[in-house]
Amino acid sequence: MALEKITKVTGRGVYVAGDDIDTDRIIPARFMKCITFDGLGEFVFYDVRKNEDGTDKKHVLNDPRFAEATILLSGSNFGCGSSREHAPQSLHKAGYRGIIAESYAEIFFGNSTTLGIPCFSCSSKDIKAMAALIEADPKTEIVLDVVNEKVLVGGQTFPAEVRDSAKRALVEGKWDPIAELLEGAEEVKKKGDELEYV
Amino acid sequence: MAKSLYEKVWEKHAVRELSNGQTQLFIGTHLIHEVTSPQAFGMLRELSLPVLFPKRTFATVDHIVPTDQFTEPFADPLADAMIKELKRNAEEFGVTYFDLASGKQGIVHVVGPEQGITQPGTTIACGDSHTSTHGAFGAIAFGIGTSQVRDVLATQTLAMGKLKVRRINVDGELRPGVYSKDVILHIIRKLGVKGGTGFAYEYGGEVFDRFTMEERMTVCNMSIEGGARAGYVNPDETTFEFLKGRPYVPKGAEWDKAVERWKAIASDPDCEYDDVVNIRGEDIPPTVTWGITPGQGIAIDETIPDPEKADEVEKASIEEALEYMKLQPGAPIKGTPIDVAFLGSCTNGRFSDFQEVANYLKGRKVAPGIKAIAVPGSQGVAKLCEAAGIDEVFREAGFEWRGAGCSMCLAMNPDKLIGDQLCASSSNRNFKGRQGSPVGRTVLMSPLMVAAAAVTGEVSDAREVFGVSSAVAV
Repeated sequence: MALEKITKVTGRGVYVAGDDIDTDRIIPARFMKCITFDGLGEFVFYDVRKNEDGTDKKHVLNDPRFAEATILLSGSNFGCGSSREHAPQSLHKAGYRGIIAESYAEIFFGNSTTLGIPCFSCSSKDIKAMAALIEADPKTEIVLDVVNEKVLVGGQTFPAEVRDSAKRALVEGKWDPIAELLEGAEEVKKKGDELEYV
Repeated sequence: MAKSLYEKVWEKHAVRELSNGQTQLFIGTHLIHEVTSPQAFGMLRELSLPVLFPKRTFATVDHIVPTDQFTEPFADPLADAMIKELKRNAEEFGVTYFDLASGKQGIVHVVGPEQGITQPGTTIACGDSHTSTHGAFGAIAFGIGTSQVRDVLATQTLAMGKLKVRRINVDGELRPGVYSKDVILHIIRKLGVKGGTGFAYEYGGEVFDRFTMEERMTVCNMSIEGGARAGYVNPDETTFEFLKGRPYVPKGAEWDKAVERWKAIASDPDCEYDDVVNIRGEDIPPTVTWGITPGQGIAIDETIPDPEKADEVEKASIEEALEYMKLQPGAPIKGTPIDVAFLGSCTNGRFSDFQEVANYLKGRKVAPGIKAIAVPGSQGVAKLCEAAGIDEVFREAGFEWRGAGCSMCLAMNPDKLIGDQLCASSSNRNFKGRQGSPVGRTVLMSPLMVAAAAVTGEVSDAREVFGVSSAVAV
């Protein structure tokens, strides 16, 4: 199965401020009582968006001006905590196709890349500048340029970092590694024979 | 050239280089549970793929099991559907499944070591971030996502990048009433919740040399809370002693050969690390969290941080945490009223955790109005405790003695906080909403500190409550 070569992601943005936004916050555990990922989109950031009685909180994610956002901006250590792929799955199903943050937790970064969601790292200062541009005009177009590791917001360009292995996987259309892993089957079996405990 | 355990295990398990520069890494042992595996089996079915090494995957059920009901069907239809799905997948794909009737069920990170499935020098993956626990045995063990669970099922490998290694030495002695939980809370406080990103943590030094396997597991378990995907301790006689005779370890001459292999896999004494951190055991206090990340911890006799005295970056985090926790800056954490006391989880739900608490809890009573629950990490732990009469000590003190599972650590079963209840918890995460109520509050601490809070009804210094003296210290 050939995967799309992800060289560029274009869309509107929304800035969810804060550091250490954990995967429990992205998708609370009670919504993981499921045997498929279908339907997770509606529960993304549920407790961040909703009051206990189910009414909407005053939050940027409930602001109609940002309803069409497909690129999420946040702080450092984004996606920390639980390894639940339900977190990037819920973001993807809610329509997000790219993330800009200062830094990411390891497991979240890998899970997102495997779904073809580029995770760009930018400085705190630049993210705040991007956030200001989006706030001034929510219709501002954001381009995540994977090949050149740059973010374009309106007319401005910001430097970004995309981990080399993720960049290559996205650009070459190999972000889901299963096909390549399967190709190594013979060598894997040999390795299994070599390892004394297997 | 001298190498660390991490490098040796990595090299032994590296299959080949992938096109993006990552390594195809052989995963020796794969553990699965009901929450993060059903979609992976679904993907296998879609791709018409079998499980490549079915004998190398072990399943159990932990996250969603009620701890007050031990038979199926479960009252919660969603939970019941999940346990049925796990059973179906294990049967269809030929995977060993420790179910509720097996007597071996429990939290996957308690069951693996208990059964001797967790072994030194191996690679271990599980769709659960606390897989780092198994590093206590000198394994490279880490949490993975569900697509990666699929990868391991289908290929017994993962696409991985190599981590750097940070050696963390804890030398000297721990003070009385200071436990392995305090050691890891202290490390995370000092190095930060993202300090370990890109690293595996190698723990060592005199304190770790003396630690039991269960104490080592508590520390390795929370490596991920410090951002380190894996954490490990080099295998030694303590490791071999723990493993000997367990169901899945080699027997007879094979055991001797395995021990030789395990000794050789330990880090060479003169190997170089990417970073080294030195901590004195004497400097580690009983530590509790006050905020919404495991790095927001203080000594039990310290005061809650004041955002006005913090730098710009930290200020916002402190303010957010204090608002959520409903705590006052500058106030002592000691004396904060609690509503619930939770003793359990993959961090502190092992036999020695309950045994240590029982030593002090005898003759004491849970304070009026406090809900206190003790949840053994596995059916095996429960049996050991019950054989030693430990369950009775807990019951007499006013704790509810429950069945095995993850329970209120992440509250996917009926054990949940209600409203803004504050929980003194031996678990690993104090994130917003973690314990089942979107506004519930968690204070992380060692098991004995949980017992002290249960008895007094407020966050307390266990050394004072129980008169911990050097005579009974670890």
